Amino acid sequence: MIINHPLLGPRDAAEFTYLGDASLIDRPDWQAEDAAEAFYDYAYLRDNPAGEHKELWYHEAGDRSWLVVTRDTTTHEISKVELARDVARARGRSK
Amino acid sequence: MTQNNRLSGGQIDRDTTLNFRFDNRSFTAHPGDTLASALLANDVRLIGRSFKYHRPRGLLTAGSEEPNGIVELRTGARKEPNTRATTIEMFDGLEASSQNRWPSLKFDALGVNDLFSNFLSAGFYYKTFMWPAAFWEKVYEPIIRRAAGLGSLSAEADPDEYDKGFRHCDLLIIGAGPSGLMAALTAGRAGADVILADEDFQFGGRLNSETFSLGEQNASDWATQAVAELSTMPNVRLMPRTTVIGAFDHGIYGAVERTGDHLPTLPAGKPRQILWRIYTKKALLCAGATERPIVFENNDRPGIMMASALRTYANRFAVTTAPRVAIFTNNDDGHRTAADLHAKGVHICAVIDVREDAPVNYDYEVLSGARVIDTKGRLGLTFVEVALPDGSTRTLDCGALGVSGGWNPNVHLTCHQRGRPVWNEALAAFVPGSNLPVGLSVAGAANGQMSTHGALQSGAEGAVAALDLKGVLPDLPEAEDAPIAQKPFWYVEGCKRAWVDQQNDVTVKDVKLSYQEGFKSVEHLKRYTTLGMATDQGKTSNITGLAIMAEVAGKSIPETGTTIFRPPYTPVPIGAFAGRMKGQEFHPTRLTPSHHWAKERGAVFVEAGNWLRAQWFPLPGETHWRESVDREVRQTRASVGVCDCTTLGKIDVQGTDAAEFLNRVYANAFAKLAVGKTRYGLMLREDGMVMDDGTAARLAEDHFVVTTTTANAVGVYRHMEFVRQCLFPDMDVQLISTTESWAQYAVAGPNSRKLLQKIVDPEFDISNEAFPFMACSNITVCGGLRARLFRISFSGELAFEIAVPARYGDALMRRLMAEGEEFDVVPYGTEALGVMRIEKGHAAGNELNGTTTALNLGMGKMVSKKKDSIGSVLSEREALVEPDVLRLVGIKPVSPDEKITPGGHLMNIAGPVDAANDQGYATSAAYSPILNSSIGLALLKDGANRMGEKMRLVSPLTDLTVEVEIVSAHFVDPEGERLRA
Repeated sequence: MIINHPLLGPRDAAEFTYLGDASLIDRPDWQAEDAAEAFYDYAYLRDNPAGEHKELWYHEAGDRSWLVVTRDTTTHEISKVELARDVARARGRSK
Repeated sequence: MTQNNRLSGGQIDRDTTLNFRFDNRSFTAHPGDTLASALLANDVRLIGRSFKYHRPRGLLTAGSEEPNGIVELRTGARKEPNTRATTIEMFDGLEASSQNRWPSLKFDALGVNDLFSNFLSAGFYYKTFMWPAAFWEKVYEPIIRRAAGLGSLSAEADPDEYDKGFRHCDLLIIGAGPSGLMAALTAGRAGADVILADEDFQFGGRLNSETFSLGEQNASDWATQAVAELSTMPNVRLMPRTTVIGAFDHGIYGAVERTGDHLPTLPAGKPRQILWRIYTKKALLCAGATERPIVFENNDRPGIMMASALRTYANRFAVTTAPRVAIFTNNDDGHRTAADLHAKGVHICAVIDVREDAPVNYDYEVLSGARVIDTKGRLGLTFVEVALPDGSTRTLDCGALGVSGGWNPNVHLTCHQRGRPVWNEALAAFVPGSNLPVGLSVAGAANGQMSTHGALQSGAEGAVAALDLKGVLPDLPEAEDAPIAQKPFWYVEGCKRAWVDQQNDVTVKDVKLSYQEGFKSVEHLKRYTTLGMATDQGKTSNITGLAIMAEVAGKSIPETGTTIFRPPYTPVPIGAFAGRMKGQEFHPTRLTPSHHWAKERGAVFVEAGNWLRAQWFPLPGETHWRESVDREVRQTRASVGVCDCTTLGKIDVQGTDAAEFLNRVYANAFAKLAVGKTRYGLMLREDGMVMDDGTAARLAEDHFVVTTTTANAVGVYRHMEFVRQCLFPDMDVQLISTTESWAQYAVAGPNSRKLLQKIVDPEFDISNEAFPFMACSNITVCGGLRARLFRISFSGELAFEIAVPARYGDALMRRLMAEGEEFDVVPYGTEALGVMRIEKGHAAGNELNGTTTALNLGMGKMVSKKKDSIGSVLSEREALVEPDVLRLVGIKPVSPDEKITPGGHLMNIAGPVDAANDQGYATSAAYSPILNSSIGLALLKDGANRMGEKMRLVSPLTDLTVEVEIVSAHFVDPEGERLRA
């Protein structure tokens, strides 16, 4: 596979390490009342769609960016590649 | 007499004679031959014995689809089993031998299997060797494996090099037949970057096998001229002897180039094969088509071949399989073979055509509406029995029979990404469907354009469409454009011992039996009968098997299904996949800065991930590793020892939010760590389990240096980048791995300070008052060399870790040894390091095993509840904090001469020994030369409250039971007085 890195252009997937569902960005609030339940879901429950999937890839043999790659799991077509940092900010994460 | 089956013409170099050996007999051949054509030229039809029944077999085809003609090529360590004689390019001195026969090819003792064929039908093994179950592995399987089989391995290491490479192009053209050559000319003339790959050593595909003309030229001359033009184009790369084995995601193709297989010996340093990864913008599949057989009784005798193969051998290699030949066909292409052979002076006994309205205007006899019902000839074909439409039979006296059942497009690569081929009624064959790999299109016979004109035109059009070339199509040479004229005909009614898959010995009867026994899906048929599962992957048998299945089921072929093709297209040696990553080169080897010095000292090394670390340093006279290790421990604890700990991961953390960042990734608090201080840090995974541990030294308000364990250096860095980028993207913090930048040595023992004072520059006070336990500082050593000093201890002794830029590591180690002479300094390796950390009760890799929590390791109180950190919430889960969870304890044998074995489980002193009564397990063990006893660390249920208890350490697998006492994990200096001295 080829991942079109937003900063570096097309790179071979072999340069990357795969983590999985980009929902890992949405880490729950540790002080929330339902924190135990929320962290359980966060750590253990993943969607496994046949089709479009947002997932985290790490450019380990490159610039060490974490990327959010939107990939169709049935065809491997990649429709979008974003810096995970930008996605995290857009989802309201900060410090 | 040699080569008495040679004909006139052909594309071989008759001026040069090559010598080769097959089964220890000498023969001659010419450049341009394959092993197959050379054997036929020398009247060798019998090549091997079949897989299951040991039936005599010869060649079926002239290409890579060959199921039968497989041999062991070369000898010794270079012996390669199951090599298709049809693809072996002849070279001088070639040696090959037949397979699966004993004692000889002509008399094979296991040919007796053939007589028991009634018992050896589909599913025989499953049905017969059901019980007793234990017999399968010990008795049945070894016997069956010995009897059945193909070639044998040399059992020696492959001495040749293989390589890997990467190429890029606008258009990859797969196959250099008429469509591929025309596509390459079109794309090449337009200036595109083109790669043209073909598995054959000679470009041209079928053009090399035909006698018709392209324009004014004969077919093979046109191909030669096209190749000559292409080779002048700098933008076109020609890759002969290169099989494109798979179509992978995003336009990436795998290809194996046989760079050395055709050479008698490989030039030094040259690879035998190269596995290419070709990145393409577009690709055009011009893989042609494969002729399929008609199946009839005893259709596997040597001499019975594909009609197109007979034509290839005659036209390209100037060889006939036998002087008298018959043809069995259901289509006009079979007649083309008869005509070509006839023109070369081969006697055509008859063309047996299943069609009532077969064309008869030829110079030889045509038997219309007839079929072959049996053949004779034990080691090679002698007679063919033909049933005529009037019910009578006729026997033909011939040594070769060419069979043509029509052509199957080579759709394989179109299926590599779940594409399904579709049925084409006119061709009675599968053609590529619409769901092709992105960027791939198909031209020529692979796409069902079976005529030469169709191939040329679709090749040119394919290139124009793929590259979006503006302008008109190039002029095409005049070429034959015959329509398809065939009557689908798969097998002769009433046949039993009629072979569908010759390599795996699957008969028509087997296919029918499979259906009767309920294996009705094509995938089940395949697995039950092994149809199409041999090294040829059923290239000549799958569709026929499917057609028989369809008939039995009373369905059409497309209703019955199709098998899907997967990479690789043809077998690939494991060596090509490995490339240069073998032996020592399997992974990179990382050497520590003191490696060369340690090697001079005679150190014994151990692999730690990619690192080589000194395990111990034997002295002359020491005969057992324990002697060395015990000495290193005693000397360190008595005076001073030095150990290279460069391999620990080092991560530089900088930024105004650096302290807060470490607060999030470590379970314990870091925000208030003073500048100039170091702190042990415990890192959890989000699920609450311990991920890693290390130290973080605060060199400045906004600058920390973090260490990780050697094993987790990569993973921890990745995790920290995840936390930084994905969880807290606005923190002002930067990370960089500096593991290789600094050489770092532990200097441990009561004299460690005295030793360091000799090299630390005098302006830096490292007395206990000025530089207490857990201090850290930037310093200089040896008169101005920048260094970092940490007062941390893994051994439990007064100890320091000193780091200098990596390039000074060797010099620093030598300096420490020289300056330490007066203290009797000792270098120590990872074994002594391990002994001392067990004596001190420090958890390490054996304890941080991914299933342990901070509480398990006795560090539950370190997990701060006052801040957000990775893993803190889930570390509180009910089951992880129950009162009797495993706790880290020390164990020692009650009887001092007994030994602790790590991995042993702890059981109560009395009662049953079973999983239900399991109390915990030993994680680490060592012999302590300080305590003169074997000691160990263990994880024990409610361990903190069981000090002094006697238990049994058991290992039922090794029949071990040792009585042990539960003690504190801190065997040495439990109060920590030494390390604060």
